[in-house]
Amino acid sequence: MSVTDPAITARQARLSTLAKAPAARLAALFAAYATALPAHEVLRAPEIGTVMVKGRAGGSGAPFNLGEMTVTRCAVRLPSGVVGHGHVQGRDGDHARRVAVIDALCQEGQASAIEAAIIAPLRAEAVAAREGRARRAAATKVEFFTMVRGEDA
Amino acid sequence: MYVAVKGGERAIDNAHAWLAEERRGDLGVAEMSIAQIREQLALAVARVMAEGSLYDPDLAALAIKQARGDLIEAVFLIRAYRTTLPRFGASLPVETDKMACDRRISATFKDLPGGQILGPTFDYTHRLLDFALAAEGLAPAPAPQAAAAPDRLPHVTDFLAREDLIQPEADGSATPRDLTREPLDFPADRPLRLQALTRGDEGFVLSMAYSTQRGYGRNHPFVGELRIGRVDVEMDIPELGFAIELGEVVLTECETVNQFMGSKTEPPQFTRGYGLVFGQSERKAISMALVDRAMRWEELGEDNVGAPAQDQEFVLYHSDNVQATGFLEHIKLPHYVDFQSELELIRRLRAEAAASQTQEAAE
Repeated sequence: MSVTDPAITARQARLSTLAKAPAARLAALFAAYATALPAHEVLRAPEIGTVMVKGRAGGSGAPFNLGEMTVTRCAVRLPSGVVGHGHVQGRDGDHARRVAVIDALCQEGQASAIEAAIIAPLRAEAVAAREGRARRAAATKVEFFTMVRGEDA
Repeated sequence: MYVAVKGGERAIDNAHAWLAEERRGDLGVAEMSIAQIREQLALAVARVMAEGSLYDPDLAALAIKQARGDLIEAVFLIRAYRTTLPRFGASLPVETDKMACDRRISATFKDLPGGQILGPTFDYTHRLLDFALAAEGLAPAPAPQAAAAPDRLPHVTDFLAREDLIQPEADGSATPRDLTREPLDFPADRPLRLQALTRGDEGFVLSMAYSTQRGYGRNHPFVGELRIGRVDVEMDIPELGFAIELGEVVLTECETVNQFMGSKTEPPQFTRGYGLVFGQSERKAISMALVDRAMRWEELGEDNVGAPAQDQEFVLYHSDNVQATGFLEHIKLPHYVDFQSELELIRRLRAEAAASQTQEAAE
């Protein structure tokens, strides 16, 4: 599904960042943003399940089933009626519920505040972690040098 | 034949209590945490995730702890747990060309764009025991860092594909057959074979691959590329109406480039074998690619030389270590009635033989 609506693109990016965020880190950032989860009704209690991860033969060919990963999902409704969805990697129900609440709050007009207080730090930390590995990988890059052979000298 | 036997409950309970005690070992030694196993036995965790067919490092670490380090038992525990979970759906195929690579090497092109990146490898170590590790509490020196390479490393096979020198990959069904949902059925198409290989026993797949190298269905592989790193897992979420990145998994991918002289149906070109495995597991990924290539003999119009690795039924029926160990180990369970009947048969045959000998002697 390709997405062009900017509001949807923003929500998509937000939910992707939240799904991959370390649960404890998100909990800490949310606690700093709002002392407790706001009142909400749980539409779908946190449910642990799996998603079948697919690969492609040769990296670009026919899809095949690589194996499953654990995912937890949850849906909530705020008193205003706004519904939020949380899908996260792993088996942490509180994490999924927190994401669902954040998703709903963002649709209720708190998107830019939450972006600044929660999403941007998570994204920066994810980028930093990724760059840390990339820099270590770069240090293991082989620099070839060619030995000059006697007859060429 | 199995017969219901009563009794033994107390013996079983006591055996399990003793198992728990043995699992813990000497109480004077600190207990291992799940996090320690996840962080410090990461390659064992990777193997249990790959063969257990479930990506969840904490669960795999728990299974390893519960199984006292018996990795096949741990795989069994993971498979059993997996069956209790609902499946929410399937991801979009992961895009390994966007992998954030820890390691990326090619045995075919020295100067490939992006370079040869060794990553945290055992290669080039001297395989001498490091007694410094026996002394605990020593933090390793921080690994050196350098300016990061471009974010996206192209696949080596793309270079060959651009010159049309390698067989293109055919597209396939968006919903591949799934051997966890339907019984294995032959002929198995390539997606089904790849699923079986990626969750197959590492030792079995390694031995099959090795047999092709030793001449039983030789297929002249070069490791075109081996990469290890993180990829995003993206899935369409029906409630949302769009796809999100649900998580990130570490994968090892191996693409072999195989010499191919052409056949009745195919022109001379390079062909491919493919390995893709959960976690850091390059022995398994390379093995998978070799066995994948060996099983492709029919579509490439090659001869079946009768090599075990070319026989998809043989490979797929014997690659699963949970199935194999289940059938193998069941023979240690009570077979008293079977054995009683065998015993009676042998006694009767003995008696008959003795009787006929006595009769012959008398005549």
